[in-house]
Amino acid sequence: MKDGVNGVALGVFVFFFLAVTAIGFWAARWRKAENEHSLDEWGLGGRSFGTWITWFLLGGDLYTAYTFVAVPAAVYAAGAAGFFAVPYTILVYPLIFTFLPRLWSVSHKHGYVTTSDFVRGRFGSKGLSLAVAVTGILATMPYIALQLVGIQAVLDVMGVGGGDGTNWFVKDLPLLIAFGVLAAYTYSSGLRAPALIAFVKDALIYIVIAVAIIYIPIKLGGFDDVFAKAGAAFTQTNPATGKPRGALVPAQAGQWTYATLALGSALALFMYPHSITATLSSKSRDVIRRNTTILPLYSLMLGLLALLGFMAIAAGVKVTNGQLAIPQLFENMFPDWFAGVAFAAIGIGALVPAAIMSIAAANLFTRNIYRDFIKPDATPKQEAQVSKLVSLLVKVGALVFVLTMDKTVAINFQLLGGIWILQTFPALVGGLFTRWFHRWALLAGWAVGMVYGTAAAYGVASPTQAHFGGSSKEIPGIGEIGYIGLTAFVLNVVVAVLLTFALKALKAPEGIDQTSPEDYTADAGDPDVEVELPPAVAPL
Amino acid sequence: MSDASEVTKAAVVTPLRVAIALCLIAPFVAMLWVGSYAKTDPVFIGIPFFYWYQMLWVLLSTALTMTAYQLWQRDQRGRKAAGGTDGGAAK
Repeated sequence: MKDGVNGVALGVFVFFFLAVTAIGFWAARWRKAENEHSLDEWGLGGRSFGTWITWFLLGGDLYTAYTFVAVPAAVYAAGAAGFFAVPYTILVYPLIFTFLPRLWSVSHKHGYVTTSDFVRGRFGSKGLSLAVAVTGILATMPYIALQLVGIQAVLDVMGVGGGDGTNWFVKDLPLLIAFGVLAAYTYSSGLRAPALIAFVKDALIYIVIAVAIIYIPIKLGGFDDVFAKAGAAFTQTNPATGKPRGALVPAQAGQWTYATLALGSALALFMYPHSITATLSSKSRDVIRRNTTILPLYSLMLGLLALLGFMAIAAGVKVTNGQLAIPQLFENMFPDWFAGVAFAAIGIGALVPAAIMSIAAANLFTRNIYRDFIKPDATPKQEAQVSKLVSLLVKVGALVFVLTMDKTVAINFQLLGGIWILQTFPALVGGLFTRWFHRWALLAGWAVGMVYGTAAAYGVASPTQAHFGGSSKEIPGIGEIGYIGLTAFVLNVVVAVLLTFALKALKAPEGIDQTSPEDYTADAGDPDVEVELPPAVAPL
Repeated sequence: MSDASEVTKAAVVTPLRVAIALCLIAPFVAMLWVGSYAKTDPVFIGIPFFYWYQMLWVLLSTALTMTAYQLWQRDQRGRKAAGGTDGGAAK
């Protein structure tokens, strides 16, 4: 690391940061609707985003700063195993092609803002809806914390994170400022702010990747040299485990892990509240299907990014904290001003998802905890007010998390969050296609999946940690090492199916279904489907 | 598998809908069969097979999803034309 503050890089970083701040506040006036105090308006941008805005919003939302830092960091640390992010994002799109349009239709028909709204309407079960909402909030919190970790990594490399000698206030001040700005414009502009800022973020990211993928290999002597050096580095024995550090190609034993991680993560991605928030803000069913055909552009970018992990090895970047590998690579290889652009890309890349995630978690709390359990007669204006406050609280919680606890805690919880959120899949996607499942069976399946997943993850040790050391474990009955989340998901489905048979035989009450089959295919322009609808649906 | 269910749900399994389902399932088969691509050779501009093959599949799966989207629209137009006024049921 270069000593002291990198002034030029910092200047460029601050410039871009100020620019997006201005955009964030201005966003409140962009495409403004009449009904500005409702939750739809603040939390879903009025549900009026077309194909391109949705594309930028979803891309800005799903491909987070943490992704940019963590995926190449995983490749830097272990090689092939870290590349699973690419097949994972390949599988996401055919998957959502089949179920998201149905969710869009039923949500716009009935004014659902969250996945829990849908689950409650479909199964007539507040308990199941609460389970989905709590899981969503729990899984989102550490994700927001990780965005702040991403900003921290960039600030550290620029030299403004402070050394070990500086006091905590000076050390954390830049992060506090970044955070304050994020909170202020999310509060005033809602989903419109990240939607606009996403344009800047994506433009910067694409420029940085395009330059990095051409410029760095040329400087390092071509991909041949990069992979030869990386391959040599991976064969060296890791003193902590006594095994090679990694491999360029997964060995036989690692293939199950690779495939289950890719599949499990793909199934989980669109269960996250922030993915759904961005999806429901689109203006028609078709926008979603069209988006599944252009979103893979981001996967290509992610694959190129992952290759940066090998370049960091070849360039001789040596960091103890793997998260710093890519920022450090940029600082070593690029001229200062362009390193500033790259850091701005990562920093802004953290702000967009953090804003959307906090909005999504706030929507869940307001609709499915506040309105269902605390104040059933809340007006749309009150809902929007509570949501704004909760989004602030969620962000403060994430900040406290990052500042007071070790980074590994945030990463552990994020890992658990992925396992947890996958357990809402049967209720949500199952519910979109069939009313066959019994609500209590789904709840029981969810509970089993949550308990198994948490217990299994707790039992995974790594050389540096006694618990939560990884996300893979031996699959019971198969004997291969696989992703815990997927194993828990299979258990969840098995329990849900068996109990549904049992409960149907016992004639347990099924609950009232608000929806009808044609609701799932309704599109903008059909009767009762309002693009900009006020959330004035009476609770059950 | 949730992939095929929307396609077959309308009780009518047409060749068009089977084609849509195949387009959507193909990436799963290709990507989850890790053994088929866990190797170094052939190397492309210095990048081992394992990496460039998966990147190639990003493009292939995009093309397949686009095809599925086009076929789906054709299917919907066909059904609207055939179904006449009872639009809701024909979807």
